[in-house]
Formats: sequence, C-alpha cells, structure tokens
Amino acid sequence: MSKLLTMREAVAELVPDGASVLLGAGLEGLIPFAAGHEIIRQRKRDLTVLAPISDTLFDQMVGGGCVSTVRAAWVGNVSAGLGHCYRRAVEHGQPRPLETLDYSNLTFALALQAGAQGVPYLPTRSLLGTDLLQTNPDFKVVQSPFGEDQLVAVRALTPDVAFIAVQRADEEGAAHVWGALGVALEGCASARDVVIVAEEIVDRDVILSDPNRILTPAFRVRAVVHEPFGCHPSPVQGHYRRDHAAYHEYHQQTRSPEGAERWLAEWVHGLVDRAGYLDKLGQERVGSLKAREARLAAAVDYGF
Amino acid sequence: MGSEFSAGEIMVVAAAREIRDAEVAFVGMRLPLLAFCIAKNTHAPRAIGLFEAGVIRDVPAPELLFTMCDPPNIAGAAGCVPTATVMAHLQRGDVQVGFIGGAEVDVHGNLNTSYIGSWREPLVRLPGSGGAADIACLAHRLVIIMPHERRRFRTRVDYITSPGYGDGPGWRERVGLVRGGPRRLITTLGVFGFDPESRGATLQSYHPGVEIAEIERETEWPLKVADDVHPTAEPTREELAVIRAYDREGYWTKSQV
Repeated sequence: MSKLLTMREAVAELVPDGASVLLGAGLEGLIPFAAGHEIIRQRKRDLTVLAPISDTLFDQMVGGGCVSTVRAAWVGNVSAGLGHCYRRAVEHGQPRPLETLDYSNLTFALALQAGAQGVPYLPTRSLLGTDLLQTNPDFKVVQSPFGEDQLVAVRALTPDVAFIAVQRADEEGAAHVWGALGVALEGCASARDVVIVAEEIVDRDVILSDPNRILTPAFRVRAVVHEPFGCHPSPVQGHYRRDHAAYHEYHQQTRSPEGAERWLAEWVHGLVDRAGYLDKLGQERVGSLKAREARLAAAVDYGF
Repeated sequence: MGSEFSAGEIMVVAAAREIRDAEVAFVGMRLPLLAFCIAKNTHAPRAIGLFEAGVIRDVPAPELLFTMCDPPNIAGAAGCVPTATVMAHLQRGDVQVGFIGGAEVDVHGNLNTSYIGSWREPLVRLPGSGGAADIACLAHRLVIIMPHERRRFRTRVDYITSPGYGDGPGWRERVGLVRGGPRRLITTLGVFGFDPESRGATLQSYHPGVEIAEIERETEWPLKVADDVHPTAEPTREELAVIRAYDREGYWTKSQV
C-alpha cells in the first residue's frame, strides 16, 4: 500500500499543535528543512522539537513561533555562529517564550535508544559533574545495581512524529540511507509516527536488494514524502553538497527580529512548497550544489 | 604576533601537535576539523579521527570541512555508524584525546557553552554541549581551544557544560568521572597546562610577539606562570603549507576560533 503524501498533507495530518517532533536526526547532514518549512508555513504552535544538532532548522522554527520547548544537544548555526532567533526567544521571549532542555549528543542518542527499546531510561558515565544534571530533570544520578559506579540515568524519549530524510525509499516506507547516520535508526524506532522524506522514490525491489541498508522496517513508517532537494542547505551524500553560503546569509539576515521576519516571509511564507523554494533558489545555484561525480560502492552479493 | 602566520594558524598547529601518532582522536566541530588534517599530514599519519555524527576516518578528508557531515568527510571514511556507536568508543575508553572549544573557561578548565548569566534568565543563550560534555567527561586527555579574552577567562564559569577539574583536586573522582580531564588549554595568546597538584591552569608558553602582561590582563583569575615559560613553537613551513592548502581562504584560521 502506498504511503505517499505531499509534505503539506503529512504536516497537516501528523503534526498537531503541541506535538513533539524529531527533525534532523543526521546532525549536520540529511536535515529535512522542507518539513520544518512546511510546519512554519502551516503556523503550527507549541511544538516540542527534538534533535541532537539540527543546524539552523530549529532557529528558523523558533523564529516562526512554532516552538515552545527544545530538547537538543546544540542549537545555533554550525558554520556561522549563534542562532539569533533562538537567542531572542530564550533571552527576551520573542516571538514566544521558549523552554530549553539541554542534552549532550551521547545522552540524546541514549534517550531515543531507551524510547526505541521500550525501557524508561538507559545509564551512562557521561555528564557527571555537569550542570546539565541540574537544569534537565530528565537526568538522574544513580548508583549501579551491580557495584559502586555512579551513573546518569537518561530518561527515554518517544517523539510523537519523526521526519527522517533518506536518499531513497519505496512507496511503503522501506528506505535506504547512507552517510552520517546520527540518530536516524533510534529516531525511527522510538517515534510513534515516522515520516520518511526521500530524495528519490524507487521500486520495492531496489530497496529489498540490500536489506542491510534498510533504515527501518516499513511497518513502522506512517508516511513517505517525495521531496527532491528537501534537505537544502544541508547536504545529502551522493545528491548535493552543503550550501555553506546559505548558512552565512541566514546568519547575516536574521540579526534583527525584522530581518528574521523578512527571511521567513521570503523563504517560507511567501512560497507554496519545496518546488517553489527551488525555483527561488534558481537553477544555477541548485546545479552548482549537485554532487560533481559519482562514487559508487561495490555491489554486495546476497546470493544463496 | 609575527606576520608570517595568524593566531588561528598557531592554535591549529598547537592543537594538531596534541595528537600522537596512531592515537584515536575525537575531533568535533570547527578548528579541530583542520587540526586533525594537519596531524594526519605531518607527524601522526596513523591517527584515527572520530566525529560525533558517526563518522570514523583514517585518511583526512580531501577538502576543507565546514562541518563533520560534509560529503567529503563521508566518502572514503573508515566507518559511518550511528552516533550512539561512535560515542560508545568514547565511553568505553578507546579515545585518547578529544578537542573542544567554549565560550567561557575557568582556572580548573571547566567550560561553559550553554548560558551566560543565570540559566533561568540568561543574558546570552549559547548553543549548548553538542558532543563537548561527552568528550570532556570521557576522553583520556582533553584539549581546549579558546579565543583569549578576559570576559571568557573567568575565575568561575556561570554553568559547567563540559567539566574540567571542577573545584580542584579529587573533584572528578568525587562526582564519579572515571578518567580524563583537561591536558592543554590553547588560546589566541598562549598555551596552558594543568598543574597535577592544584589542577589549575598554568601558562606554559606565549605565542610569538605576545607579552605575558597581556595574557595577565586578559585573564580574570590570578595568572600562574610555569618556571620554564617560553615562546610557543612556531608552525613549521610544512604545517603552514598543509593548513593553507586545505583552508585557502582562511575560513577557520583568520576570522573565527
């Protein structure tokens, strides 16, 4: 059964106000910016957004007024500096007040892994002595039941919906992803609803030809969105490079609240969908970011 | 500062020299991306680099990286695994040296990258830990890279994102950390080590052209200077050639730290 939806449909149906949404499981690559932009465009409110690092996407969603809580290890602009919208929301409550719950990359991954395993927490040796233990109530210092070791119990996270970007998927949601995996596997396994955002839709046979590369069994996938260039300005291995200039431009243009408003009007609210975004970006820029040469992996043989 | 190289370049080189050959290094974001390339191309050709997105490399990326997930860092990698898997190497003690930066550092090498002022009503909301807290807790040796300004070199940081030696000797053991601690603090002005007794930062070298008095002015805590303090070793011609071949525009070495 085909699970194909447009991004507009997927967001309208699966992201109610108040939902917790995982976006950007790949840290600095494979970030589904198209999903975040559609959430902004539909003016969703009071969301909890989750990711280890989602580069500028969370800054944009916070600037768009969609977010009341951020659970993340790092929020800002990875190659250009601090996130201006994020700062304004936390420091001045603009455009809305924002609660932030701090993680590290390891503890964020463990929180999703606990959610994926269906257990209330997982232990770690990280974060002992840090102030994250004081400011995020979802960490507790515990003693090992098997000895004297001090550990941090990291409470499970189970997002309502996870948008996971991949290179290719079939219409039922079986997908192949390659590159920096980040928390994509745990994201798919812990979320109630999984939305696969695919550069390419391929036949089921293509996906089943390499079962070890399948991200998640299709039965856990709720919807599949075909969204070419859906991760720009973040990179997708084998498809397009990171648009470093876009991050720099965003940083410059969002220094003031008015600038951020203008940026959102120009790049999100003023456009209908991702195709409109790509038109605005222009063929020349899109073309300049495409992978310059193929680097094919050797075929694997599943013969028997 | 001499005109032959920038503060960024001497910092990158000082950081690169902290990676010994055949070690496993946790690389992280920004300047260390370049330091790993320099080490691999000079004195540490067998070093392994880990990146928290899940990338493992035993040959440096073929071109300049802006982030660890840039496609040139993935093609030809020695492994691409989940974040939890690469962090497991760190947690179980496989990583000899890790690199992080921060907005504020204190005399015991504690770093703040989270909140300036009170965390409930911060003056500045900084980006947060990323993988830094994990690296500071779990790597055998920690190398910190920071712009040296008085407002950043605090007697006590407002918030401990990434722990150094806490309030001094015995603190890491008390809170349950099983290893590690800052080994080196590399700044735009000089290089500090950490005294094994007091666990406090001690100035070991000042960069060429920098006066110790300037370092004192830019440091809020009473500066401790090593008896054998000396000028920081200058980058070699070979090291500079590698830096400039990678970072032609000086993205990481000219304007940013």
